[in-house]
Amino acid sequence: MSDATTKAQGGMLGWIDARFPLTKMWNEHVGEYYAPKNFNFWYYFGSLALIVLVNQLLTGIWLTMNYNPSAEGAFASVEYIMRDVEWGWLIRYMHSTGASAFFVVVYLHMFRAMLYGSYQKPRELIWIFGMIIYLLLMAEAFMGYLLPWGQMSYWGAQVIISLFGAIPFVGEDLALWIRGDYNISGVTLNRFFALHVVALPLALVGLVVFHILALHEVGSNNPDGVDIKKVKGKDGKPKDGIPFHPYYTVKDTFGLGVFLIFFAAVVFFAPEMGGLFLEKPNFEPANPLQTPEHIAPVWYFTAFYSVLRAVPDKFGGVLAMGAAIFLLFLLPWIDRGKVRSIRYRGLGHKINLALFAFAFVVLSYLGLRAPSEVYFGLTVTLWAQIFTVVYFGFFAFLFVYTAFGFEKTKPVPERVTE
Amino acid sequence: MRKFLLMLLATLVSGSAIAAGGYANLMDAEVDVSDEASLQRGAQLFANNCMGCHSAKFVRWNALPEELGVSMELIEENLIWDSGYQAGDVMTAAMRSEDASAWFGAAAPDLSLTARSRGADWVYTYLNSFYVDPDASIGWNNTLLQNASMPHVLWQLQGVPQPVYEGSGDALKVAEIVVPEGQQGAMTEAEYQQATKDITNFMAFMAEPVRAKRQELGVWVIGFLLVFTILAYFMKREYWRDVH
Repeated sequence: MSDATTKAQGGMLGWIDARFPLTKMWNEHVGEYYAPKNFNFWYYFGSLALIVLVNQLLTGIWLTMNYNPSAEGAFASVEYIMRDVEWGWLIRYMHSTGASAFFVVVYLHMFRAMLYGSYQKPRELIWIFGMIIYLLLMAEAFMGYLLPWGQMSYWGAQVIISLFGAIPFVGEDLALWIRGDYNISGVTLNRFFALHVVALPLALVGLVVFHILALHEVGSNNPDGVDIKKVKGKDGKPKDGIPFHPYYTVKDTFGLGVFLIFFAAVVFFAPEMGGLFLEKPNFEPANPLQTPEHIAPVWYFTAFYSVLRAVPDKFGGVLAMGAAIFLLFLLPWIDRGKVRSIRYRGLGHKINLALFAFAFVVLSYLGLRAPSEVYFGLTVTLWAQIFTVVYFGFFAFLFVYTAFGFEKTKPVPERVTE
Repeated sequence: MRKFLLMLLATLVSGSAIAAGGYANLMDAEVDVSDEASLQRGAQLFANNCMGCHSAKFVRWNALPEELGVSMELIEENLIWDSGYQAGDVMTAAMRSEDASAWFGAAAPDLSLTARSRGADWVYTYLNSFYVDPDASIGWNNTLLQNASMPHVLWQLQGVPQPVYEGSGDALKVAEIVVPEGQQGAMTEAEYQQATKDITNFMAFMAEPVRAKRQELGVWVIGFLLVFTILAYFMKREYWRDVH
């Protein structure tokens, strides 16, 4: 196949190749894309994220066929899908479970990048594209959550949009502009529907293409953080590289199987995930006159929600929450270290990264709880403040020990180790 | 990797247990939507006792036969009081909501999804938490939902539950509910609990009619995926033979 790009072929494929770079593209991105041979468990989540995206797009299209985006009809149309549409319940559960699954795989995918320094030079743009995807994903999930028009849909959106109101001078006007009304209403529902099913998916798919193009331009990182292009064989191929197809396509097929077992377990046996994936109050239609006792965002937002609540001042909280996300964008420049993989980095960095991951999980948990609850003698608010400091401390320490050379790294091998 | 997967699973399971919390001391409704006999009893109790005031507007009558294991004729004869019933109709209440507002101060909520929004255990506990309260405007009160505007419609079955108070002044609260000798209803305590369990079970079915079917189907889907994954594993190992 390697000379297919230069030599004209006969048959159907040859006819197409003379008019469209089909074989060329296949070779560039799959057939002759050389990936390091030492990918481990953490490297499944990229392809899984792509598959979950496809799942969301397909189930989303079919949901749209029966969903009614109006304040009067939205809730009933979701129940119609659940009860009267053939296999509607399965499509809906695949979509709602897929939303949470998307964040599970994306968080693990991002953590992989942090473990092995995949955001460092020359992969800064891959990371930036990935972060924009993450940001759009949050917007997509937030807007999608309004669509069932349940109590939590309504009040969750009310709380989150009112955050914009905390911005000085323009805040209230901004919130009004987003809602299109003085409260969340059918107007808001309609625009969120448009953004959720058209605008954001388009942008997401485009960015995923950029993300993968940028990756294939510089090549994949690996658990050792070494550059496999430095050591090439006589044929000009990296000695530690193997073609993505068939090696990683079959490996990812196995990974997909394992993932689907977990996914199906949730879809068929616990679609509400005990209230984590589908919150109980959302089985009650939105009621603007009745606030639920406890408003909490869905689990994938709760870490940032904790940061927001940890700061006593509302605008300060919004700033802190924004910073918690924005600092991740700057990660390639905050980390001045030259060693990529956690395997060869200093003990301090290992502890720092572990604390960061731990803080994220704890903050996520705290965001689900009422602020006044007490754990080990301290309130949720106080714990959230402590772990917000740990979260931001990660970036501060990372910059200090890498910029001023305090980190004692180990020598990085020439070739991959396994 | 195995360790990590176990860890992930443990986190998910414990996480869901956490999120399920909220109400303390709920009774266990032991919901089993595959128990057809329980669903049939529950449907009958629901139609006879609840649907005077409550609707279940997302549930079609003709969705019942398959999951309850009975014929549509049987349902039409025994459960549907509405003489104008037509195929495809939903479960509507006899009482108009304007009347409900006038008589009870609030419209009776639709019960299609209550077993999901409140939880089945909540419904079961609620039905077992009524007591006589002369101070309440309707003469009844409920320990789970204080000052509920719903009377104890099942009193003829349970009897007249009396509160046993504890504390005094502002700290006065109902410690226990007992049905005294001589005020029992048509059922024993155990029979009443079973009856309310059946109602709860039926409401769990109404909240998600597909529940039994999805669990049944899930076993097959996961069985298939297990075989698929095992085959995929061996295929991967075969392809990768020359790499290591």
